[in-house]
Amino acid sequence: MTEVRDELVKKRYASERRFRFYGAAALALTALFLAILLVDIVARGLPAFTEKTVALDVKVDPAEIDPAQLAGGNYDKLVKDAFRAEFPQVTGRAERKALGALLSTGGGDALRQMVVADPALIGKTVSVPVLLGADAGIYLQGMLTDLTTVAGKATLNIARLEGEEGYVLSGDTSGESAEQQLGLTAGQVVRFKGGALRVTGMQNGYVRAEAILPPELPVITLPAGQWDSLTFSVPESNRRISDAQAVWLEDLKSEGRIQTSFAWRFFESGDSREPELAGIRGALVGSLLTVAVALALALPLGIAAAVYLEEFAPKNKLTDLIEVNINNLAAVPSIIFGLLGLAVFLNFFGLPRSAPVVGGLVLALLVLPTIIIASRAALKAVPPSITEAALGVGASKQQAVFQHVLPLALPGIMTGTILGLARAFGETAPLLMIGMIAFIADIPQGFTSAATVLPVQVFLWSDLPEIAFKSKTAAAIMVLLVVLFALNAVAIYLRKRFDRRW
Amino acid sequence: MNAHVPHQTLVTPEKPRALASGQFKVTARDVDVYYGEKQAIKKLSIDIPDRAVSAFIGPSGCGKSTFLRCINRMNDTIPTCKVTGLIDVDKHDIYDPKIDVVQLRAKVGMVFQKPNPFPKSIFENVAYGPRIHGLAAGKTELDEIVEKSLRKAGLWEEVKDRLAQPGTGLSGGQQQRLCIARAIAVNPEVILMDEPCSALDPIATARIEELIDELRQNYCIVIVTHSMQQAARVSQLTAFFHLGTLVEYGDTDEMFTAPQEKRTQDYITGRFG
Repeated sequence: MTEVRDELVKKRYASERRFRFYGAAALALTALFLAILLVDIVARGLPAFTEKTVALDVKVDPAEIDPAQLAGGNYDKLVKDAFRAEFPQVTGRAERKALGALLSTGGGDALRQMVVADPALIGKTVSVPVLLGADAGIYLQGMLTDLTTVAGKATLNIARLEGEEGYVLSGDTSGESAEQQLGLTAGQVVRFKGGALRVTGMQNGYVRAEAILPPELPVITLPAGQWDSLTFSVPESNRRISDAQAVWLEDLKSEGRIQTSFAWRFFESGDSREPELAGIRGALVGSLLTVAVALALALPLGIAAAVYLEEFAPKNKLTDLIEVNINNLAAVPSIIFGLLGLAVFLNFFGLPRSAPVVGGLVLALLVLPTIIIASRAALKAVPPSITEAALGVGASKQQAVFQHVLPLALPGIMTGTILGLARAFGETAPLLMIGMIAFIADIPQGFTSAATVLPVQVFLWSDLPEIAFKSKTAAAIMVLLVVLFALNAVAIYLRKRFDRRW
Repeated sequence: MNAHVPHQTLVTPEKPRALASGQFKVTARDVDVYYGEKQAIKKLSIDIPDRAVSAFIGPSGCGKSTFLRCINRMNDTIPTCKVTGLIDVDKHDIYDPKIDVVQLRAKVGMVFQKPNPFPKSIFENVAYGPRIHGLAAGKTELDEIVEKSLRKAGLWEEVKDRLAQPGTGLSGGQQQRLCIARAIAVNPEVILMDEPCSALDPIATARIEELIDELRQNYCIVIVTHSMQQAARVSQLTAFFHLGTLVEYGDTDEMFTAPQEKRTQDYITGRFG
C-alpha cells in the first residue's frame, strides 16, 4: 500500500519538475528570440543615429547670394565648388560628377543656416561641416564593403605603358617577381599621393594595372611606406561607391577631415527622398497628434460606456447583445476600421485625407472596445462591499460609483487604456486606408494637415531600395519601441501610484 | 420537515420588556421576497420596537439577512429581487415610490458582515456620510461629528492620533467599530447589523457586543446572528426564522427558556440548523 503511494508522490513531483522545466524553457526561448530581435534592430539602426560630415573651408561668394534673399542663395554650388577644389587633379567631367555625388544634396544647408544667422559672413571664408551623401555615409560606416589597407612594404615603380592603356608596376630590381615583392593581386587598389590604380593582373613578371585616378607623371618611383594597397571585399560593380570615390573618401579620412556626429537631423526633419536628410520628426509628430485625438475621444467615451454598462445598465437582452458586440469589435481586424473611416469620415463627412484627426477617429474606434473591456474588468474587480458601504450610509448609486468604485478601478482602467493606446500607436493598417501612407516631407502643423505616423513611416522606408534606408527603418523601429516602452512604463507607474491609495 | 406552514399573522412580542416607549419603529406586514422565481420570505409580519436590540436567528438560508436588507432597501441593488407587502419605518411605507431611498438609508444605517471601511483615511470614512448629506456646516462641525461618532463607537481613544491613516490599516474589530461609527455619523434611527461579529475574534466580539448594548439607549437595533449565545447576550427580543418564515418572535429570555414553537426549541437546543 505505502509503496504505491510513494510512487504516486514521486510521479507528482516529477510532473511538477517537468512543468517547471517547460515553463523555464519557454521563457528562455522567448527571451532568446527577443534578444536576437533587439540586437539585430539596434545593430542595424545605430548607424542612422550618426551622420558623416566633411569639414570644408568655403568662400562665401557674394555673387551667389542675394543679400535680400539670404536663404535663396546657391549654397550647394559654393559647397560643391569648395569640395572639388580639394581635389584639383580631378578634371574629367564624369570624375567631377562622381566627386560631387559624394556630398548630400542638402550639403549646403549648414552653410545657409550660418549665413542667414550671420550675413556678415558673406565674402569671407568659413569652415563649415558639409553633410556627405547617404552612399558615402554608409561606405564610411563600413556597411558597403570591408576594406583592408596594407602599407606598401617594398619600393614600387609605376610606368605608364606606351601606345596602350594601362600601367605596369614593378618592385626594385632584385630577383623576386614583382607580384611577390609587392604582394598585389588582381582587384586590389594601389593608392599613392597623386593617383590610384587598380590591379588587373600579371604579365611577364610585372603587375598590370589600370588607372582610377591617373597620376600626372608617366613614371613614378615610390619607396616603401609611400603607397598602400586597398582590398575591397565587394567588387566595384556591386556597390554604390566606385573605387575612385572610395579612394577620395579614404584620403579625406586619413587627413582627418571626416567627422562623425550625432544625427540630430534624424529627430528634427521630416521624410525625404535622400536617406541622409530623412528624419522621423514628421512621423513622430503625426503619431502624437493622431494618438492625442484617439485618447481624447476613446478615454472618456470608453470609461463612460464601461461605467454605464457595468454599474447602471439594466441587465437584459439588449445589454447582453451590446456586450457581445463590444467583445466582437475588439477582435475585428483593424483594416476594417480603416475602411469604415474611409467610408464614413472621408467620403461621408468629407474630412481631410491623411489628417491626424481622421486617423485619431479611426484609432479611437479601434481601441474603444479594448478600453471598455479593460475598464469593465477593473470596475468588476472592485469589491461589492465598497458599493454596499457607500449605499449603506445613504450615498446615491452615482455617488457610490464615482466617489468609491471608479477611483478604485482607475489603476486598472489606466492600464487598459494605455495598453490600448500602445496598440493604437503601433497600428498601421487602418491608417493606410485613410491616406496616411503618403510621402509627406513636411512636419504636420495641426490636426488637419497631412501627416503620417511612425509605424507607417517604418513601412514606407522598409520598402525603399537604398541601403541607407534600411538603417533608417531600423532606427525608426527603435524610436517606435522606445515610445511604446515609455507608454508601458507610464502605465506601470500609474498603476503603482494609484494603488498606493490603499 | 414541516409540511404545514403556520399561519403568519402579526407577530408582536407579548411582553416586550424593552418596549418602554410603546412605539414600534419598524413594522412589516405580509412581506414576500422573491429572488427571481425563488421565494425567500413568505408572508412575514413583525413589529420591531425602538430603543431595543432585536436579534434575528435561524439556520442559513432562512431569510433573516434578506429581510434585514429589506428594511433599508439594500435589496434594490439585486436586479432579480422583488419585495411585496408593507414595511413601515416610523409609520412611513419605505417602498412607497415617493420615498427617497437615499434618505431612507441615512435613517436606517447598516453594518455589514465583513468590516468594509472605505479605502480612505479613518476621518474620511466617518466624514463621508455627513458630507454627502450636508450634515456639517463647516470643518469644525464635521470634526465634531467625526469625534462624536468615533466616541460612540468606542474607537476615539484608539484612533484620535491617527485619523489621517487608512481605515483599512486597523484591526478587524477596530474596522468593524469604524463601520459602526460611519453608520452612526449620519444620525440614523435604526441600525441594521448583518452578522457584525462573524469575522471577529472573541475579544473584538465582546467589545462590539458591549457597544451594541450602549447604542441600544438611542437606536433601534436589529442584528442578524448565527450565534445563539450572542443573541441571548445582546438582545431584548429574538426572532426565529426558518425556511423563509418567521416562526417565533418574543422576549429573548422567554424564547431561550420556554419557546412556544417546537421548531424553535429544536433549533435552540441544537437539534437542527
